Amino acid sequence: MPEDSLVPEKTTMKERILDFYRDFGVARLIIFAFLLFLLASALFLKLPMEQILSSVLTRFGMNGILVLAMIPSIQSGAGPNFALPLGITCGIVATTLSIEFDMAGFSGLFFSIGVAAILGAITGFFYGILLNKVKGQEMTVGTYFGFSIVSLMCIFWFLAPYKSPEMIWPYGGSGLRVTIAIQDRLGKVLDNFLSFDIFGVTVPTGLLLILAFFCLALWIFSRTKTGIALSTVGSNPRFAESSGLNVNRYRIIGSSISHALGAVGIVVYAQSFGFIQLYMAPLFMAFFAVASILIGGASLKRATVTHAIIGTFLFQSILVVSMPVANVVVADNIADVIRIIISNGIILYALTRREIGGDVS
Amino acid sequence: MTADNRDQSKKLMLQEAEEITYKERIWKYYLRKNVVPIFFVVLCVFGGYYSGLSLPFLINEIITRMARNSFLVISLIIPILAGMGLNFGIVLGAMAGQFGYIATANFQMAGFSGFAVTTLISIPLSILFGWLTGKLFNQAKGKEMITGIILGFFANGIYQLICLYFMGNFIPIRIPTMLLSTGIGLRNTLDIKSMHYALDNLWKIRINIPGFIFPIIIPVFTLLAVAVLCLAIHFLIRTKLGQEFRAVGQNRHIAEVAGIKVDRTRVIAIIFSTVLAGIGQVIFLQNLGNINTYGSHVQVGTFAVAAILIGGASVSKATIGQALLGTLLFHTLFIVSPLAGKNLIGDAMIGEYFRVFVTYGVIGLALALHAWQARQKRR
Amino acid sequence: MTGPRLEMKNIRKDYFGNKVLKGINIAVEPGEVHAIVGENGAGKSTLMNILFGMPVIHSTGGFKGKILFNGKPAPSSSPEDAMALGIGMVHQEFMLLPGFTVMENIKLNREPTIPNIWSRFLGDKMKTLDIQKMRKDARASLEKLDLGIDEMLKVAGLPVGFMQFIEIARELDKDNLQLLVLDEPTAVLTEADADTLLETVKRLSKQGISVLFITHRLDEVLKISDKITVLRDGEQVATMKPEEATVGKLAELMVGRKIQAVTRKDKCETDMECPEPLLSIRNLHVEMPGEELHGVNLDVVPGEILGIGGLAGHGKIGIANGIMGLYPSTGEIVLNGKPVPLNNPIAALNSGMAFVSEDRRGIGLLLEDSIEMNIIVQAMQSQGKFLKKGIIQLMDFETSRRHTEKMIKDLDIRCTGPDQLTRRLSGGNQQKVCIAKALTLEPRVLFVSEPTRGIDVGAKRLVLNLLVELNRKAGVTIVMTSSELAELRSVCDRIAIIYKGRLEGILPPDDSNERFGLMMAGALTHHMKEVS
Repeated sequence: MPEDSLVPEKTTMKERILDFYRDFGVARLIIFAFLLFLLASALFLKLPMEQILSSVLTRFGMNGILVLAMIPSIQSGAGPNFALPLGITCGIVATTLSIEFDMAGFSGLFFSIGVAAILGAITGFFYGILLNKVKGQEMTVGTYFGFSIVSLMCIFWFLAPYKSPEMIWPYGGSGLRVTIAIQDRLGKVLDNFLSFDIFGVTVPTGLLLILAFFCLALWIFSRTKTGIALSTVGSNPRFAESSGLNVNRYRIIGSSISHALGAVGIVVYAQSFGFIQLYMAPLFMAFFAVASILIGGASLKRATVTHAIIGTFLFQSILVVSMPVANVVVADNIADVIRIIISNGIILYALTRREIGGDVS
Repeated sequence: MTADNRDQSKKLMLQEAEEITYKERIWKYYLRKNVVPIFFVVLCVFGGYYSGLSLPFLINEIITRMARNSFLVISLIIPILAGMGLNFGIVLGAMAGQFGYIATANFQMAGFSGFAVTTLISIPLSILFGWLTGKLFNQAKGKEMITGIILGFFANGIYQLICLYFMGNFIPIRIPTMLLSTGIGLRNTLDIKSMHYALDNLWKIRINIPGFIFPIIIPVFTLLAVAVLCLAIHFLIRTKLGQEFRAVGQNRHIAEVAGIKVDRTRVIAIIFSTVLAGIGQVIFLQNLGNINTYGSHVQVGTFAVAAILIGGASVSKATIGQALLGTLLFHTLFIVSPLAGKNLIGDAMIGEYFRVFVTYGVIGLALALHAWQARQKRR
Repeated sequence: MTGPRLEMKNIRKDYFGNKVLKGINIAVEPGEVHAIVGENGAGKSTLMNILFGMPVIHSTGGFKGKILFNGKPAPSSSPEDAMALGIGMVHQEFMLLPGFTVMENIKLNREPTIPNIWSRFLGDKMKTLDIQKMRKDARASLEKLDLGIDEMLKVAGLPVGFMQFIEIARELDKDNLQLLVLDEPTAVLTEADADTLLETVKRLSKQGISVLFITHRLDEVLKISDKITVLRDGEQVATMKPEEATVGKLAELMVGRKIQAVTRKDKCETDMECPEPLLSIRNLHVEMPGEELHGVNLDVVPGEILGIGGLAGHGKIGIANGIMGLYPSTGEIVLNGKPVPLNNPIAALNSGMAFVSEDRRGIGLLLEDSIEMNIIVQAMQSQGKFLKKGIIQLMDFETSRRHTEKMIKDLDIRCTGPDQLTRRLSGGNQQKVCIAKALTLEPRVLFVSEPTRGIDVGAKRLVLNLLVELNRKAGVTIVMTSSELAELRSVCDRIAIIYKGRLEGILPPDDSNERFGLMMAGALTHHMKEVS
C-alpha cells in the first residue's frame, strides 16, 4: 500500500463511533445505564429531587479534590495513587493540629489546608523516592504501603500527646477519639459561604468554588513547562529521557502534588462532613477516588481534569440517588454494596484492559 | 587446542563458577534469605516473654492456630511457583467454603458428615471461582497481585449482594433463625455449632504437663490433613504439571516456545490455589464453630499472604517449610502482641495496632523489595 | 536413504504486499551443512520461520511454495509439527530457563515420566518426573557434544559460552532430530568458543544430521559448510559449493545491487581535501547493549551527508545514541570547536545536535499525544521555546500552533491536523513527525538512524528525498545510520563502515560492491594483504 502515505489520513465516521465505544468501554456503559435507570426510578417513585440534587452537589464538592489527586500520579506514569491514605493522613494531622491550637472558622480552615498541603507534599516527596525504586509495581506496593501507614498512624493517634478535650476521650483512656466532631470549628464553613437556594436546590457555593480553584490550578499547571514535562515522562519515559528530562525527578513531583492534593482534599471533605475520622477510617478511601476518575474516562496511564470532574459527578450521583431508591424498593444497606461493586468493578475493568502504546508491565 | 584441553579448561571454568556460587549461596542463604524469619523469631520470643503467658497455654494456642490456618497459607504456594505472585484471590476460595457451610447449615447437617458435605460443596464452587479468577489474571498479566486484591473487594461486594439480598429472597433458606428478622438476608453470625470441632474432635490427644492446669491438646486429624496436603504439594511439584508450573513461572515466552500451554497452566494453578483455600476455610471455620457471615473471609488473603512472607517466602519463591514456619510465627505474634503491648506500654490496643501494622507492613515491604529486585535484574 | 532430506521449493512470502521472499529453492542432503548468508533483512529469518511453522507467518497470511521433508510434503503449520518431523531450531536469543538445571532445560516439556496412582485418575500431567532418566538422557546428549558439564547445575550461574551448547544438546536430545537449524549461533560467542561450536557442528553432520546454518560471518561459512546459499532482498542470488567461493565473492553477492542515484560529486571525496570538521568524534566508547562501541574516531564535514553502515550488532547504532546521551559513553566530542559533554541529553540538544531515533515508536514518539505536542515538546524542555514570558512558564499555544502548521506544510505530513494523535499516522508520516521534532531544535548536525525502517516502499523514497532536500536547501549536516547499504549509497556523500565496535573504513558511495561487502565483514584489509 505505497499510496497509503500519500493521502491524508482520515478516520471514517464508523471508525470514530467504534473508537468512542472502545474508549468508553463496556463497564462505563453499564454504569451510565445504571445511573439513568436510578434516575428514572427516582422520578417514578416521586422522590424529592431537590434534596437529591443538593446532596449530589455537596458530595461532588466534598470528594472532588480527592479525585483530582489522582491526576498528577497517573500523568507522571505511576498509575492511580493507591497510597492516597498517606496524603489523607497528613490532612487529618493538619486538622487535629488546628483544633489543638483552638482555631475555628476560616482561619482554622486555611491553617488546616496550608499545613495539610505542606505535610502532604513532603510525604509525597519521600513516597516518590520509594516509587522510583519499584517502577512497574506502583499500584500493588502503593496499596499495601497505604494500609501500613494507616495502621502505623493508629499507634500515633493512640500515643500522641494531644490535649484538646474535644479530641481525647472524655473519661480517661488514652489516645484520640475515633471520630472527632468539628461542626463548631470548621463545620461547613465552605459549604455555607455564599450559599444560595435555587428551585429548592441548595448550592454550596464556597465548596464548589474551592474545587473550581483547584481544577483551574491543575489545568493551568498541565499547560506549564513542568506540567508538560510531567505528562511527557508519564506517556513515554524513554522519549522524556531523550529530551533531557529527569524521569525520576518528575515522578517525585507528581507524587508530591498528588499527596498534597489528597491532604487538602480530606480537609475540605471533613469540613463538609462535620467530622474527622481517625484510626482505620482512611483505609479504603483511595479506592473510591481511583474508581471515580476511571468512571470519568481516565485510564491507568492517562487522566485529565475533565475525567475527574465527570467521574466524581457520576459516581457521587449514583451513590446519592441509589440510597433513597434502594430504601423504598429493597433494603437500607444495598447502596453500600452497590458502591463496593461499582468502584471495584471499574478498577478491575481498567486493570484488564490492554493499554495502547504504553508498555505497562 | 585439542578436545581434551578444551574439556579441561571448561571444567576448570565450571569449578570456579561453582565455588563462587557456593560461597555466595552460604552468605545469601543464611543472612539475606532468612533475615525476615530470624527477625520475627526474635520478635516472637521477646513478645512471648513479655506477654506473661504460660508455655503450655501458648503451645496449645499455637497448635490450634497451626491446625486451622496452615491450609490457607499453603494454598498460596502454587501460584507463586507459576509466577503469578501472591494470590490475593484466595478470598474467593474462602467464600466458596462459606457458601458450603450456608448450604449444610440450611439442611441442618451435623458432625463429621456435615463437615465432609461442606467440603464437597465447596470444591466445585472453588473450581468455578478459580477458573474465573485465572481467566481474569490472564487478561492482566504482570498485574496479577493488584488485580487479585481488587478482585477480592469486588467479589466481596457480590458476596454481600447474594447473602444480604438474595438469600431468603431468590435463594430459599429453610431455617428462619439464619435470616434477619425481615426474612431477607443472612444474619451477621451464622451458628455452625453442630459442626464445631467436627474434624478436630475425631481424635484428640491430651498431654498433661505436671504443674499446669491445662493439658496440651492435639487435634490429630486436622494436623494429619495438613500433613497430607504438604505431601500432596511435595508430590505435585515433582509431577509433569509441577514442572510446567515452574517453567511458566520463570519465563512465559520460553515455556510457550517449548510447547507448554501457558494460559491454561496459569488457570490450573489458580484453580488449585482456590480449591485449597476453600477447604482451608472449611477447616478454619469448623474450629471456630460460628461464621461471621460478612467478615470471616475478608482478611483471609491478607493474613495468609503476611504469614507466608514472614516465613521467608517472596513473591517469586515459596516452599512448604516457609509456609509452615510463617504460619507459626505470624500466629504466635497474633497471640502474644496484645498482651505484650499491655504489659509493656499499659494498653492492649497498642499490641493490636502493632500486629495490624506488621501484617500490612510485611506485605508492603516484601512487595517493594520484590519490585526493586526485579528492576535491578532487568538492568 | 536417497534424495534430499529437506527441499524447499519456490518459497514466496509477502508481508502486506511487501515481498520479502521471491521464490527460494533450497535442498539439504542428509549430513550436509548448508549455510545461508545474507545481509539483515535479506529474508533469512523469514525463511526459517516458514520452515519452523512460526505463528507470525500464519498470522500474516501464510506463504506460497512447497516444503518436502524426506520426500514427503511437510505440513509445517506450527512449531510442534516441525518438531515432530525432526526439525530442531536454536534461536538467536537464548531459550533457557535460568532457574532450571541444565538437565531440566534439556528435557523441558519432554520430560520422561512414571505413572502413579493419581495419574491413572487425573491424567498424564500427574505422572511423576523420572529424574534418573532425565539425567541419563541429558548426560547422553551432552556427551555427544563432548561437554563435561554437570547436568545438575543451574543454568543461571553458567558462563555465556555454554548456553549455546546446552541449546544444541536440547535439540540433540530429541530422538528424531534430522535437521538442526542454527540461527547466527556464533554471534555472541568468543572466537575460541565459536571454533568449538563449528567443530561440533561438523561432527554432528558426520553423524548424519543435516544442519542449516545462518550467519553473516563469511569466514565461518567457508570453513564448515558443504553448500552455501546467498540471499539478497528476498532473492536467491546464488547457491554454490565452498570451493567455488571466496570471502570477496560472497560479500559482493550479499550486498551487490544497482545503485539508484549518487547524489552529488561536488563534495570532498577524501579526507585530505576536507575543510575543518564540524563535528569530531574521538575515542567514543558506548555501552549500548547489543550495539557496543569500543573507540571510534570520526569527523563530520560541514554540509555533508555522512552515512554509517555495518552489520547488526557491530555498533553503528551506538554512535548517535551515545553522542546524544542516551547510553553511557566515554570519549571526546567537539562540535564547531566547542567540546560537548557526554551522558547529558540536554547539553547535546542545546549544543546544536538533534536525533531521529531508530526506535520510532519506543523513543521517538509520544504515541498517545498530538502531532503538535510531539513536535514541540523536546524544544520546549531543552531550549525553552514556545513558552510565554513570566514566572510560571506557560506554554505559548499560538506560536506552537503556527510552528506545527508550518512543519506539517513544509514536510508534507499527511494528517487531519495538528491535534491528530501520532498513533494514528502511517509509518512514513510518523517518521516525518520525528524529523519535524528534530528540526524544531534547529540543529547544525542531524543524526538520523534507520530512517526508513518499517515504512512502506513509496514512503521510503519520500523520507530520503526529504533528508536530501534538508541537506541541500537548508544546509543541515546529516549523519545517517542505516542497515540498508543501498539506501546509504543513494543519498550519502561518504559512508563509514563500523565493524566490531570500531571504524573499519570510509568509502565513497560508488565504490565496488565487493569492497563494501568485505569491509562490512571486517575482511577488507585482510583480503588486500592476500591479494598483494
